[in-house]
Amino acid sequence: MAVQPKILKPPPTEVGLLGWLKKNLFSTWYNVLLTIFSVIFIYFVSRAIITWVVRDARWEVVTTNFRVFMIGRYPREQAWRVLVSLGIIVFLAFLTWVSRRSKGNPIPRWLVIGWLLSFPLIGILLRGFSEESSFLPLVSEDIWSGLLLTLVLAIVGIVASFPLGVLLALGRRSKLPAIKVLCTVYIETIRGVPLISVLFMSQLMLPLFLPPEIRLGTVMRALTGITLFSAAYTAENVRGGLAAIPIGQYEAARAVGLNEALVMGLIVLPQALRAVIPTIVGQFISLFKDTTLVIIVGLLDLLGIAKSVTGQKEFIGLHKEVYAFAAVIFFICCFTMSYASRRLEQTLGVGER
Amino acid sequence: MHNDNLNPTEDIIIYRDVHKWFGDFHVLRGVNITIKRGEVVVVCGPSGGGKSTFIRTINRLEEHQRGDIIVDGIELTNDLRNIHAIQREIGMVFQSFNLFPHLKVIDNVSLAPFWVRKWSKEEAVRVAMELLERVGIPEQANKYPGQLSGGQQQRVAIARALAMQPKIMLFDEPTSALDPEMIKEVLDVMIELARSGMTMIVVTHEMGFAKEVANRIIFFSDGNIVEQNTTEEFFLNPREARTKLFLSQILTH
Amino acid sequence: MAERRRAVPFWRDERVLKVLTQIGFVVLVLVVGSGMLSNYRKRGLTFSFGFLDEEASFHLAEGIPFSPTDSYARAFLVGVVNTARVASLGIILATLVGLVTGIARLSDNWLVSRIASVYIEIIRNTPLLVQLFFLYFAVIIQLPSLREALVLPGNILLSNRGFVLPWPRPTVSFGLWWPFLVVAVIGATLMLILRRRGVQRTGRPSFNLLWVGVPLIVIPVLGWLLIPRSPLLLDLPEIVTMSGGVLKVEGGTKFSPEYTALLFGLVVYTGAFIAEVVRAGILAVPRGQTEAARAQGFTNGQILRLIIMPQALRVIIPPLISQYLNLTKNSSLAIGIAFLDLYAVSTTMLNQSGRVVEVFLMIMASYLTMSLTISLIMNIVNRRIQIVER
Repeated sequence: MAVQPKILKPPPTEVGLLGWLKKNLFSTWYNVLLTIFSVIFIYFVSRAIITWVVRDARWEVVTTNFRVFMIGRYPREQAWRVLVSLGIIVFLAFLTWVSRRSKGNPIPRWLVIGWLLSFPLIGILLRGFSEESSFLPLVSEDIWSGLLLTLVLAIVGIVASFPLGVLLALGRRSKLPAIKVLCTVYIETIRGVPLISVLFMSQLMLPLFLPPEIRLGTVMRALTGITLFSAAYTAENVRGGLAAIPIGQYEAARAVGLNEALVMGLIVLPQALRAVIPTIVGQFISLFKDTTLVIIVGLLDLLGIAKSVTGQKEFIGLHKEVYAFAAVIFFICCFTMSYASRRLEQTLGVGER
Repeated sequence: MHNDNLNPTEDIIIYRDVHKWFGDFHVLRGVNITIKRGEVVVVCGPSGGGKSTFIRTINRLEEHQRGDIIVDGIELTNDLRNIHAIQREIGMVFQSFNLFPHLKVIDNVSLAPFWVRKWSKEEAVRVAMELLERVGIPEQANKYPGQLSGGQQQRVAIARALAMQPKIMLFDEPTSALDPEMIKEVLDVMIELARSGMTMIVVTHEMGFAKEVANRIIFFSDGNIVEQNTTEEFFLNPREARTKLFLSQILTH
Repeated sequence: MAERRRAVPFWRDERVLKVLTQIGFVVLVLVVGSGMLSNYRKRGLTFSFGFLDEEASFHLAEGIPFSPTDSYARAFLVGVVNTARVASLGIILATLVGLVTGIARLSDNWLVSRIASVYIEIIRNTPLLVQLFFLYFAVIIQLPSLREALVLPGNILLSNRGFVLPWPRPTVSFGLWWPFLVVAVIGATLMLILRRRGVQRTGRPSFNLLWVGVPLIVIPVLGWLLIPRSPLLLDLPEIVTMSGGVLKVEGGTKFSPEYTALLFGLVVYTGAFIAEVVRAGILAVPRGQTEAARAQGFTNGQILRLIIMPQALRVIIPPLISQYLNLTKNSSLAIGIAFLDLYAVSTTMLNQSGRVVEVFLMIMASYLTMSLTISLIMNIVNRRIQIVER
């Protein structure tokens, strides 16, 4: 009979809470020191923050102005239009989530069409028709402000810059030198200068170069600038995805008789674009943060509204509360998106390949 | 058993003094060859000898720089119409399969007939299913290529090439990337194809395959055809020293 | 045969089409460009850099001395220098912050790693401009006035007028001392060369790097003791009351509240991004490297210095370059808190002169020059690291 080796319990200092503490906080003498300093640091910082948030801060500046933060100067009686738009997006997002969850299949075609239709629909809903119209009176985009404007700038910016970015990426990878050089120069110039200078260009210079008949409002001009800027970054991201496609895919596609356009449209781009989705989400997050810069060309996005609120007579000097609130809103949006994008990356990673 | 459909009167591929350079490197050094309709030609030779480049010039994956290539009566020039016409006549199977990973097996096969031949969706899918049956894997139609074994992927690749109803099939080392136990399933499909009368040019070192179906074997080295002969003669009486050396190297194991 | 080739109609000839596509594209760009240019001309606008010599007639309170009678060109220079001041110091400090935080993030101490990751997540997920506004309007501007200025240990003055550091100031005997400094530098350089020779000959340095520091310290100290009066005096900042009860700081070196906010904001922001770069770089080194090194008997410090860092640097340098570039570009947010950087000065120039296109081109050119310079320097560093690696 074989001797059963005795299974011993590990020593109590290696498992459970004690083991965890020993391993993660007190493994060496300098770790003990670090832990002590960290505890003291956390104590003082959190005490300061909590006493300020709970006792000292005057949050009425935020509660009174909440609607202003969200939709700014959008007329109060028309605010339902913003809510309906939000509802459409939440509804579509929910459907997308459900359809991905249940089958793990790619998103069904009707949903893609739904998303594509939602953009013009929301655009019409928010902007309306004309001033006289009784159903949806005109709310010019130049008075959109607050978080609404921030979202519009970021979303329209990323969507509009996408096709332009793809074209630039293809141009930069082109074998034709003239196209390659021009696209490269555009991409590198834009990436070499700050967004603020591109916004500046679109605000002050664009009107000088356009025919006098075309008059763009400030928001449209800012959108033009953001799109031109973002396209250069999209191009670089897409180029990364294109570079990851093996040459064999091009050869096989040509060998079955596809022409250049079909090779790109059916074989290369679908694969490349799928590979760059996570990067594009990352780019969207930075663009979302970067839209705060429109305050410098005079638009009132969330931060712009925040700044103007600090100038209100009854709340003068409440900078901390107002900017902390703006920061929290941005943090919630960005953190959620980067978390979702990490999850997305994981699900895409275990996909078909 | 050799191909009975061999039509000795009709030349389907004609190479006249074809040259190609990669930069300063002279890859093809004046290749002359004529291949007849229905012929099965095996191309072998040391790596780097230009055999792969040779078959890739036939469907313009590589552009030749001097000489004439005429495929099925169409001359391969800078004329885009000719290029596309020739590419439609020729199917190709690669060493690394090169299936489209984002498309299901059935869509891999029916893609080109639908988009290039402009068949209806139903027609393209029906033909694709027939071809998948012919290569023996109809049950994999709705999977993605990544879910298949190497041998199955290569059979899908053959079906994909056949879907365009080509007159010529090119095989660029179709079994080199396969595990040994999967080589046979692919070779069986190729043998069946050869017996059906397809014109085939196969770069391979599978001499068993060559003995079974090839009409002719070409030994390619240093950018040109060193020796070509019927299969029996090639193995029994190799003339050139380089051929003998090569045969002794690959036939010992 | 040749005739048959020529017979191919051009719209089907691959080579001709390639050339035609390019020509078409260039023509399109030119047409759009000239159309825009003609619109520009129609407005009666001209293009000239002549205004740069004209008198600027505005004030600039930050950076190198500037008076309203100076030219636009000099005003622009003030902006460029201010941007360079923020960017260069910012890059150095952000690298330090990022390195420390990145390593802390990977610490096996759970609390330290948590603190680092909370810092990184908060900073990376809020816009820089919001942080700058908070820092400037909610913190620095709200500091006590000069009258009640905070005095930190080491005599650092902190108030809503910025902060003031004690700073060494040369005295009359400095002229006798600086030759010692030169000798010290030469000595240290010689030892460094000697040490490198040793590495080339035997593969191992003949002495520790610390020895190189010896002449650097000993010679200046010797000089300090030899010459009659001390060559440098620590200039402590002091608050003095001017006539009329106006307070003013004298001595030390001053940093304006705008500069402080911008520098601090950029360092904290970019530091969080660099921390992620550092972390990714260290994680990119396979665990087997550490295990192999430990099996060979290296200590933890040696492993980090000799095994991990050289390999991690290869991964770190390229994204680090783009972080440096981002910091430089982000310094343009200065205008939001009224720091007079290149962009803010340009805006003033523009409002004053109306020369939109010219000023815009100058802005673009300056940022591109800075970006290229940083890329160039870092690419040289990068190449050296890669060569040392092989």
